[in-house]
Amino acid sequence: METVAEHSASADAAQPEAAPRKQPGAGSRIVALLGELMIIVGALLGLYVVWQLFYTDIEANSVQAQAVEELPWAYTAPITAGTVTGDEPQTIPDNLKLAPDTVPDIKEPKFGTTFATFYVPRWGEDYVKPISEGVDRHKILDKLGIGHYPHTGMPGELGNFAISAHRTTYGKPFHRIAELKKGDHLIVQTEDAWYVYRVTSHEIVRPTAVKVIAPVPNEPGAEPDDHYITLTSCHPMYSAAERYVVHGVLEYWSPTGNGIPQELMEVPS
Amino acid sequence: MIFPAIWSILPGPRWVRALILVAALAAIVWLLFQYVFPWVSVTFGIQDQSVGGQG
Repeated sequence: METVAEHSASADAAQPEAAPRKQPGAGSRIVALLGELMIIVGALLGLYVVWQLFYTDIEANSVQAQAVEELPWAYTAPITAGTVTGDEPQTIPDNLKLAPDTVPDIKEPKFGTTFATFYVPRWGEDYVKPISEGVDRHKILDKLGIGHYPHTGMPGELGNFAISAHRTTYGKPFHRIAELKKGDHLIVQTEDAWYVYRVTSHEIVRPTAVKVIAPVPNEPGAEPDDHYITLTSCHPMYSAAERYVVHGVLEYWSPTGNGIPQELMEVPS
Repeated sequence: MIFPAIWSILPGPRWVRALILVAALAAIVWLLFQYVFPWVSVTFGIQDQSVGGQG
């Protein structure tokens, strides 16, 4: 830049020597403009990274915490026994653990309604996230966290209760999805009931593999034969190239009001 | 070029200009965070996690 400026200054010999660089030539002006545009583009890219990696977490975490708070029936005390001081919460007695085939039908709620909460002992003692209807990125997944695929089963239902959430950024509800092991508990609470699922398998698929949320996972068109749950999230982390999918089946359900599932209190091995 | 031009367009003494600049930058960052970046992320499918076309 220095040499360009000097060159153009010397070409403009008519100017007085006191202010030799007052009128820089076209070349140096273009270079200066380019430099400034690059600074602006760099700042925008940097800001995008800050927004995506940090700000979305802050914003979505507060929205999700508030969504849980607004559900008067949602259980929000710590889960896993080691952390509970004083009286242990009452757990559901065995005779009220009801078989999957007695699950009552629930009507699918309106788009955007938060209708359930999700607990995973493997994911830490304070893990509780809301589940809302729909998998629209902007309205549901980027704010409310876990979304329920419309027209898949409702909690406990015969068929496949399929839910989706971010694995990174936006509060990352499924951040630790890859840590789930076969046999881990996935617990869903609605206003009327608890549903205790157990992880059976996981797989990594292409984003187009809608068969994973079929009523019988991976058998589209088949008649539902069990009470499945399916979690989908992105894979690998910070990428949208593939999907990480976890399947489970319902172990039992129980109406609310008789204590909490003892599985909430079990520290996963 | 751009930066000196903006500086000379702004009215008032130096500290007033600086104040206006800071306020304008804050407003720009807020607009980007609230509207532009969410739109970019959804439109270009950055960080999608659902299966099928809905994500």
